[in-house]
Amino acid sequence: MGLSLEASIALAALAPFLAALLTPFVHSLAGRYSGWVLATVPAGIFLLLLGVSDPVIAGGTIAASFGWVSSYGLTLSFFADGLSLIFALTIAGVGTLIILYSGAYLKGHRHKGRFLAYMLAFMGSMLGLVLADNMLALFMFWEATSVTSFLLIGFDHNRQAARRGAIQALVITNIGGMCLLVGVILAQHLSGTWLLSELRGLDGVLKDHALYGLVLSLFIGAAFTKSAQFPLHFWLPNAMEAPTPVSAFLHSATMVQAGVYLLARMTPVLGGTPVWTGVLVAFGGVTLIWGALGALRETDLKQILAQTTIASLGLLVLLIGLGSEAAIAAVLVYFVAHACYKAGLFMVAGAVDHEAGTRDITALGGLADRMPVTFIGAALAALSMVGLPLTVGYFAKEEMYLALVGGDWLMLLVLAVLVVGNALLAGVALIVMIRPFLGDALPTPKNAHEAPVSMLAGPILLGGVGVVAGLLPDWLSAHVLAPGATAILGHAVEPHLKLALDLASPLIWLSALTWLLGIVVFRQGQAIRTVLRRLSAGIGWNADTVFDLVMFGLIRLAATVTRALHHGKLEFYLLVVFAALALALFWPMLALGGLDWIVPTAELGDWSKRLVLPELRPYEWGVILLAVLGLLAVLIAQSRLIAILSLGIQGTALALIFLLFGAPDLAFTQLMVEVLSVVILTIVMTNLRLDARDHRPFEDWARDGTLAVVCGAGVSLLLMLVLTGTLDTRLSDFFTATSVPIAHGANIVNVILVDYRGFDTLGEISVVMGAGIAILALLRRRKKTEGAGP
Amino acid sequence: MNTVIFRTAAPLIVATMLVFSVYVCLRGHNEPGGGFIGGLIAAASIAVFGMASGVPAVRRALKVDPLAIAGFGVLLAGFSGLLSLFIEAPFMTSIWLYLDLGETVVPFSTPMFFDIGVYFVVFGTLSAIALALESDREEDL
Repeated sequence: MGLSLEASIALAALAPFLAALLTPFVHSLAGRYSGWVLATVPAGIFLLLLGVSDPVIAGGTIAASFGWVSSYGLTLSFFADGLSLIFALTIAGVGTLIILYSGAYLKGHRHKGRFLAYMLAFMGSMLGLVLADNMLALFMFWEATSVTSFLLIGFDHNRQAARRGAIQALVITNIGGMCLLVGVILAQHLSGTWLLSELRGLDGVLKDHALYGLVLSLFIGAAFTKSAQFPLHFWLPNAMEAPTPVSAFLHSATMVQAGVYLLARMTPVLGGTPVWTGVLVAFGGVTLIWGALGALRETDLKQILAQTTIASLGLLVLLIGLGSEAAIAAVLVYFVAHACYKAGLFMVAGAVDHEAGTRDITALGGLADRMPVTFIGAALAALSMVGLPLTVGYFAKEEMYLALVGGDWLMLLVLAVLVVGNALLAGVALIVMIRPFLGDALPTPKNAHEAPVSMLAGPILLGGVGVVAGLLPDWLSAHVLAPGATAILGHAVEPHLKLALDLASPLIWLSALTWLLGIVVFRQGQAIRTVLRRLSAGIGWNADTVFDLVMFGLIRLAATVTRALHHGKLEFYLLVVFAALALALFWPMLALGGLDWIVPTAELGDWSKRLVLPELRPYEWGVILLAVLGLLAVLIAQSRLIAILSLGIQGTALALIFLLFGAPDLAFTQLMVEVLSVVILTIVMTNLRLDARDHRPFEDWARDGTLAVVCGAGVSLLLMLVLTGTLDTRLSDFFTATSVPIAHGANIVNVILVDYRGFDTLGEISVVMGAGIAILALLRRRKKTEGAGP
Repeated sequence: MNTVIFRTAAPLIVATMLVFSVYVCLRGHNEPGGGFIGGLIAAASIAVFGMASGVPAVRRALKVDPLAIAGFGVLLAGFSGLLSLFIEAPFMTSIWLYLDLGETVVPFSTPMFFDIGVYFVVFGTLSAIALALESDREEDL
């Protein structure tokens, strides 16, 4: 292969995005075969990653780094160790089959191209997430998975349930995303590095810090929302509104596992403390049992599988919390086993739904005759889920029991939880395998027949992998377990899986107990479901309803606040604005003792004698008189036109004052603004009536008058206050000195506007234009409503 | 306001104001003036023109939508800042070019184009508002 190791890692993360961009063209060219064509992208990535896996298996890492925001020392860096490679290979491998499957599942759908593009973009985000070295890049890809999954869950956007599921998933996972962002920034502050590969070498830098608790809760918050841990698990079943390929991909092996990945990744720097173990084991255990019971309550195949996914995620979190070598080994084996069987089962569920027209297990039966290949796929997956020997699931179960056997009573309690959880899951697996496929044939909405080969490839291949890998424990432990566990724990882990039925070991008996209980659960499935349904109906509310309440409350709150602030009465807007101005003027002045500066002190003597008229020339007096007259005319004017013109006179006089006292630019602008305001006000008022004057109640008049006087007094006092101090001339000195030499302009005001503070001006002119657009929109609306009226 | 005197005089006033506005805008770097004031003067002239000849006539004379002029102004100002990319300097670093025409030296600079951008924004936005207010019928908006 001509590519260097480094480049291939980066390519693996970025290629799906490119493919997603090209998907619409590919789809329009390849038409119904677009699934086959596009599946080559993840397949290629899978082979690429396999090709570079040798050094990683040998215990090394591959790193690649590109300049990103070099001024902040940020690099877009990727690295692959055992952990990331296991995840990346799973994502690419399952992804290949899923893309293939989607091509057939959405055959003839109008937006199939769009769907495939979303899928590929999601895959790129997910690969980027597990391969990212820079924590900010990790966050970016993390959020990208949230956004793409939002698009995928809400793909069928005409249905309200799909929209709700999409929004719910986005809200919940984005809360986690925000936690992750803060956590990442905090971790960088404490450790001084953005790179995960460097961070894990700094043992103790986070664990022993006073802020450890905060960092830990932020990362746990991120992982628990993404990986649907109790009590934030409820978004996952609702996300089943997505088309089945999405559930098979996102909600089994990839997106929901991102939280597990994050926890595994942070194990060396955050793990091993009592808090870590306690929180993860407790929440993981509750989630495991909760999810498994939830699965027994459902009859919809996809809902059952979603609930078991919650349970499996709880199991993985629990095992990471334990953190021992055997537990971490169990995490890896279970992750691989789960990815294979859960994605396979979801695809089976989709195939059954697609061909038989329903997913309800009470309405299905005896499909094995008509869909034999599908049944084989389901059986292979379910057996791995049950954990029979010769499957990967068996080793996963062995490893997790191994991690707990022989501990204290707390460990034994956890062991009991694991056995019960696994037994419930085994029962569910049997239900999913047997109910729809064996027994009496039931009539289905569609005449069931075998699914197309592209839909069968996934379940059969994944089920096959689950079994074949189970036959090769040595290979599995050397190529998956050892490098992965080494990457998580940070020290070399010896491969140790072996296929031996040792009757003296308690493990085999624990497994047997699990199977036995699983069979009991399967036989009593109906009764358990009835009891669980009654229970949940008895409680009457769940996390889902709480979420609705919170969201509804948020909307209500927003509406209330909007109504309070945005009531549409111009008079009150102005009142509030000016009241705020008065407050802003007087509060600091009073609080900081500014008035003491103005009020004359005793040593000045009789200050009334010092009040003298300033020395002004007659024409200057004339201008001031003009301004005052204009103002008075505004107040007593009997018609609107006169009031507007008087306001113009007053403003023009003000412009003249500016001109006389040496601010020609200001005068110029003031004059133009006055002219335009008079013109525009006149035009506006022409639409009303110019000759009349409003009759306002005395209270209003007094209120507004008081406020106006207060504001005016405030401004005057402030100006007087400013004049009592010495003027800080550093800025104006700087501008005077440098305006000509470095900015080539003699008009300082203009030079500041277009050069020194040009960036501000750019913002301001954008605002001016934005305001113009808003005014036009308002005017247009007014005309429309007028036109629509009688 | 539809007197003959006003209607006859308006084009003259408008033309003078427009020329003057360009003059004010261009001299702004060294004398009182600048793009903002220039734009205000030009917008006032458009408002006057609208009163005298009616909004449709003004729109015909302008050829382009005034808001598009404003948009062009924002773009022009932004791009004048981007020119500093070519001398590998930070955004909006000014570049000066003195054109020697024999008798006189004409300075060109990125701040000048920036100021012209400001002129267009102020002119375009305020004209759009003034014309929209002056027009009575919906299709004039």
